[in-house]
Amino acid sequence: MFLDFFILLKAKGIPVTLREYLDLLAALDANVAEYNVDDFYFLSRTVLVKNEEHLDLYDQVFGVYFKGIEQIQSSDILNIPDEWLRKNGERLFSREELEKIKSQGDLESLLDRMAELLKEQKERHQGGNKWIGTGGTSPFGAYGYNPEGFRIGQEESRHRRAIKVWDKRSFKDLSQDEELETRNMKMALRKLRVLSREGKNEEIDLDKTIRSTAKNSGMLEIEMVPSKKNIVKVLLLFDIGGSMDDHIELCSQLFSAAKYEFKHLEFYYFHNCLYENVWKQNERRWEEKTPTESIFNTYNEDYRVIFVGDASMSPYEIIAPSGSVEHYNEEAGQVWLQRMIEHFPYFAWLNPVAKSEWKYTQSIGMIQKIMKERMFPLTIKGIEEAVDSLRKKTK
Amino acid sequence: MIKFQGTSEYIASNDLSVAVNAAITLEKPLLIKGEPGTGKTLLAHEIAKALNKPLYTWHIKSTTTAQQGLYEYDAVSRLRDSQLGNNKVDNIANYINKGKLWQAFEADERVVLLIDEIDKADIEFPNDLLLELDKMQFFCYETGEEIIAKHRPIIIITSNNEKELPDAFLRRCFFHYISFPDRETLKEIVAVHYPNLEEELVESAMKLFYAIRSERNIKKKPSTSELIDWIKLLLVGKINAQELDDVMAGKAGTPYLGALLKNEHDKAIIR
Repeated sequence: MFLDFFILLKAKGIPVTLREYLDLLAALDANVAEYNVDDFYFLSRTVLVKNEEHLDLYDQVFGVYFKGIEQIQSSDILNIPDEWLRKNGERLFSREELEKIKSQGDLESLLDRMAELLKEQKERHQGGNKWIGTGGTSPFGAYGYNPEGFRIGQEESRHRRAIKVWDKRSFKDLSQDEELETRNMKMALRKLRVLSREGKNEEIDLDKTIRSTAKNSGMLEIEMVPSKKNIVKVLLLFDIGGSMDDHIELCSQLFSAAKYEFKHLEFYYFHNCLYENVWKQNERRWEEKTPTESIFNTYNEDYRVIFVGDASMSPYEIIAPSGSVEHYNEEAGQVWLQRMIEHFPYFAWLNPVAKSEWKYTQSIGMIQKIMKERMFPLTIKGIEEAVDSLRKKTK
Repeated sequence: MIKFQGTSEYIASNDLSVAVNAAITLEKPLLIKGEPGTGKTLLAHEIAKALNKPLYTWHIKSTTTAQQGLYEYDAVSRLRDSQLGNNKVDNIANYINKGKLWQAFEADERVVLLIDEIDKADIEFPNDLLLELDKMQFFCYETGEEIIAKHRPIIIITSNNEKELPDAFLRRCFFHYISFPDRETLKEIVAVHYPNLEEELVESAMKLFYAIRSERNIKKKPSTSELIDWIKLLLVGKINAQELDDVMAGKAGTPYLGALLKNEHDKAIIR
């Protein structure tokens, strides 16, 4: 039962598993929903969809499946001979309805209009496919029920009821601002930790308690210690603008994951290569600059420095004074990078560019060398490797 | 079969009742998400009331661990008691503090268990509860007992989406997203809270409320609970429909705006 529907959902990218399918069957078996399609829609939605991001997609798939609608290439429809359509039309429409149709113009012009609407529909749907009703024996049978209803289920249903709930697509917004999947990144970053006992005494220290209880000739003497906390400090330096625009989503995922995992997190932006200034707010980058010098003074060498950048630029931007594309820099980028890694012995560079493409960009190789081969791709595996190397001092 | 249809104080939309009834019938936990203020937490209370069942609430904080929901073994007081020669010491069960899940499992009737704001806990928290929620049983190592639910409780889990929940966890739950109610439902909800309200005032208040909600740049849109609070203030302040219409016409500022918007930035926009 509904196996096709289940397979269709899966094919459309809703992560349903056999378990959900069996649950749905069990729910139907237990008569949870009344025998109407609305309740079935609510029930199947609650059982099959586990994330509001997928609700909109689910509504669409549901709408398609339960109108018995098929996915047909637009050209196929437009090439269907008029004869055939007309014949079907005459069979499905009652005399009265045919009169009504005629009042709107003859069948010819209605068919023309339908073709127009189909084109329109194509524009609205992504991917250029369109959904067309097959209410009865013909692919266009749906119209038979609703002479005015050329809009194929988009605004009015065949049963002339109000708009179907799933056709409202009320969850559209939820899929647009979908939350970034950062769980894997968080788990990868989690390994970067320096545990230390600081603050309030919260945990019982077993060894000490045993020792002092023994000293106390068996009378219990409890010793407490502060619980372990991750005190790792992280300094994130983001390359922003230019070629990095392609990687914005990945970088913001990393940022939100890092913000979640690390209590002590500082971040700054730079452009292409590190020079004498960095900044905190990109829109105010010319007004509110932070001298890179001051970073050395503010943060001690315990800070783990993570550069995030595609390291793709002209080699001059790295090796030559006044090589920056944006401003006059007295000292070359590599000088600043060198200073950075001398001050901070724990560092790594995460590169959103796929590793297989690194060899095609000269500057990536150069930065990789400056970074003492501590550049890693911005993937889950790359983050794990970076975290590993961030635990080891370079000096 | 028990069916939940909302209560005299809680309007449950049709889709919500279907979701709740599915969860009750198939004995699965129901995960509820939705905008803040749409009545996620309230739902569990109302289910308990409607079905006349006891409610156990487990509020999750950032420091909550899964174990706390099962039980905690108080080794320290046992040690102390042993020093004092207390007879209680002989039975380890005296030092097991039962958590909310245990309490719900051993109840003599089917209860409602609310796990509130599960997203506040550590990222591993939901994974630690997989077996407990699936089989509704767990093992107590100290006493060697296997705790199996006498009656599988009706479990309602709420989340504000601060953290992503793992797939394995989601698969064990049913899911419902409470969307912001439409105009008609919202009117019903207001009527449930203030049955004797003038029609005119409700109309004007709703109009203003929707106008504020539709403002694009607002960071936190006011939701049902804010509307309810605001109408209460309007009543206390004896604001009439005419005054609200003046606000709509731009002649006056919105009264008690603080009840609707909780953010300086948002207030500045509406003013």
